[in-house]
Amino acid sequence: MATIEMKHIVKKYGDGFPAVNDVSIDVADGEFLILVGPSGCGKSTLLRMIVGLEDITSGEMVIGGKRVNDLAPRDRKLAMVFQNYALYPHLTVYENIAFPLRLAGASDEEVDEKVRAAAETLELNEHLERKPANLSGGQRQRVAMGRAIVRNADAFLFDEPLSNLDAKLRGQMRTEISRLQKRLGITTVYVTHDQIEAMTLGHRVAVLKRGNLQQLATPRELYDNPANLFVAGFIGSPPMNFMPATVEGTTLKLPFGEVEIPAEKAQKVAGKGLLIAGIRPESFAEAGAPHARDVSDANTFEATIDVVEWLGNETYAYVPFDAPPEVQSQLEQLEQELDGDTVRTQLVITLDGASEVKAGDRITIWMDAAKVHLFDPATSDNLTVDLTRAGRIPAMEQGAPAAVGG
Amino acid sequence: MSEISPKAKWGLAGVAVPIMIWTVIPIAWIFATSLKSDSALGDSTLNTLGNFWPKHPTWDNYRLIFTGGAKDLFLPALWHSIVICLSATLISVVLATFCAYAISRLDFPGKKLILTTALGVSFFPVIAMVTPLFNLWRQIGLFDTIPGLIIPYLALTLPLSIWTLSAFFQQIPWEMEQAAQVDGATSWQAFRKVVAPLAAPGVFTTAIIAFFTAWNDFVFSINLTSSNARTVPAALAFFTGASQFTQPTGAICAAAVVVTVPVVILVLVFQRRIVTGLTSGAVKG
Repeated sequence: MATIEMKHIVKKYGDGFPAVNDVSIDVADGEFLILVGPSGCGKSTLLRMIVGLEDITSGEMVIGGKRVNDLAPRDRKLAMVFQNYALYPHLTVYENIAFPLRLAGASDEEVDEKVRAAAETLELNEHLERKPANLSGGQRQRVAMGRAIVRNADAFLFDEPLSNLDAKLRGQMRTEISRLQKRLGITTVYVTHDQIEAMTLGHRVAVLKRGNLQQLATPRELYDNPANLFVAGFIGSPPMNFMPATVEGTTLKLPFGEVEIPAEKAQKVAGKGLLIAGIRPESFAEAGAPHARDVSDANTFEATIDVVEWLGNETYAYVPFDAPPEVQSQLEQLEQELDGDTVRTQLVITLDGASEVKAGDRITIWMDAAKVHLFDPATSDNLTVDLTRAGRIPAMEQGAPAAVGG
Repeated sequence: MSEISPKAKWGLAGVAVPIMIWTVIPIAWIFATSLKSDSALGDSTLNTLGNFWPKHPTWDNYRLIFTGGAKDLFLPALWHSIVICLSATLISVVLATFCAYAISRLDFPGKKLILTTALGVSFFPVIAMVTPLFNLWRQIGLFDTIPGLIIPYLALTLPLSIWTLSAFFQQIPWEMEQAAQVDGATSWQAFRKVVAPLAAPGVFTTAIIAFFTAWNDFVFSINLTSSNARTVPAALAFFTGASQFTQPTGAICAAAVVVTVPVVILVLVFQRRIVTGLTSGAVKG
């Protein structure tokens, strides 16, 4: 049981490329911290620096109050679950789980007791004498977790453990991991590229992009108060809609109409010229439909629907719009950073599952303008962020945005 | 593996069986010849199947090389072969294991140089090396000694061993040792408990290949040894018959059988041990 403090951690490879660029994160004792971001953002590298499999170029890694920069992995008392499980194929499940105990020289009775306890927790009792090659993906994953929990380590580290499982199993294992962590109460650092895992599992989430920490906050804070375009587009599925906008007074001019925004928001963006407005798909509603919620007439606009996707409990409607070139390039770059490949500028709207809209329909849509975020196209910062409810935003601390990658 | 149609199976058999027979015939012939008495060697009426199999097979030739006149030439040669080849194999495999492990896990300057040098050395024609080697050995006193033969055999077997084992170690994911290190193992413990058991099939294969590379060598043996360290391939060249005009074909064949057949059996038995699918369960997918 320990805290993990990462102070100004930098990892530079031989050619000077910073895989991790001045990241400082404090993990409290018993906290479940998620490191999330697209491929290449440095989250796995950071995790491996915590466990000791990578050297730290500069910065301090303090675990349980002790500086561990120069300690070998075996001396750090941490347990890790690898993406590929890394089970020992020549040993049975029992021996795989017992491996760390045997290395520490535990007696046979102690080994037996602890292995069976771990197997009990993870429901592996029937599989103890089998070899990893004969197990299913979910079972292997549980063996890897068993090997981690049997040791009374100071912290658990997970490196994308669910990315090799099919979707249904992933959902089940997610709740298992959550339950396990709550039961054992051990400090956990979990790396993933899946924002659903980030939102559902963690106490706090650290969003990383190209080695830089974008925002460190609870899932709710990330969802309601993203620090910049990247975080806003990364969290939430379907992703937030981005469109060019200008503000005059309290009127927000959007490509498909005008809406009224609250005065505090309008104040923050006064005189800023062209902005990028971000609004989540569920902040829209179909006005006037029999099942629609009760909405005011303000903030409605007409739109023609291009594509409709019906999912049973909800409907996604796609509405195309035009963007001016300055914003177009910014949007394309954002799309690239989020690993997306859509080229169209279109709005995604979540409608009720009972909606009967079809492609080509022209309907009236209501927008909840209180939920709109306004971003500066040049710096991609969220101008309307509520800093008291946004966790930590490194770019806004100490004034200067130190080494924000493009 | 999908089922092949019966027609394809017959086609495959039609090609495979002749090839197998073609390959096996020389060995079968040697065996048959070793069972012929001296008279049967000269007189074809005493043999059946087109001079292949003797009508009255006899173990005389084997008796000759083990307990008879040729035993003073054959038995020491057999002993030398065994000692020299086993030593060369052991040293070669141990050194190659450490080298291959370092090559597959670490990035150090000169890594490519080691590999290309090893490859280059193995291409070098052996016959070009023996004369200067003979001269050198004679001068430093290694001529006709057991170490004097082990050292050139190392040059023969090491490159092959390094390459085979490097490829093999590269197949073992590095994450195994990393997981072992996180679990509390030192580098040596990680190697011993996790990598070595997984590498065992590869080491085995390499040992077998190294062994019979050394076992079959003729050039080094005939040039670098005299009576004290001669191995079987070279010794066979010195077998003499009852008179200076007769070739001791029967004895030579018997010696050849004694030397070849065990190796053939060894490979046939252990071919199944070379299991590359050993690691397929631990890593995903």
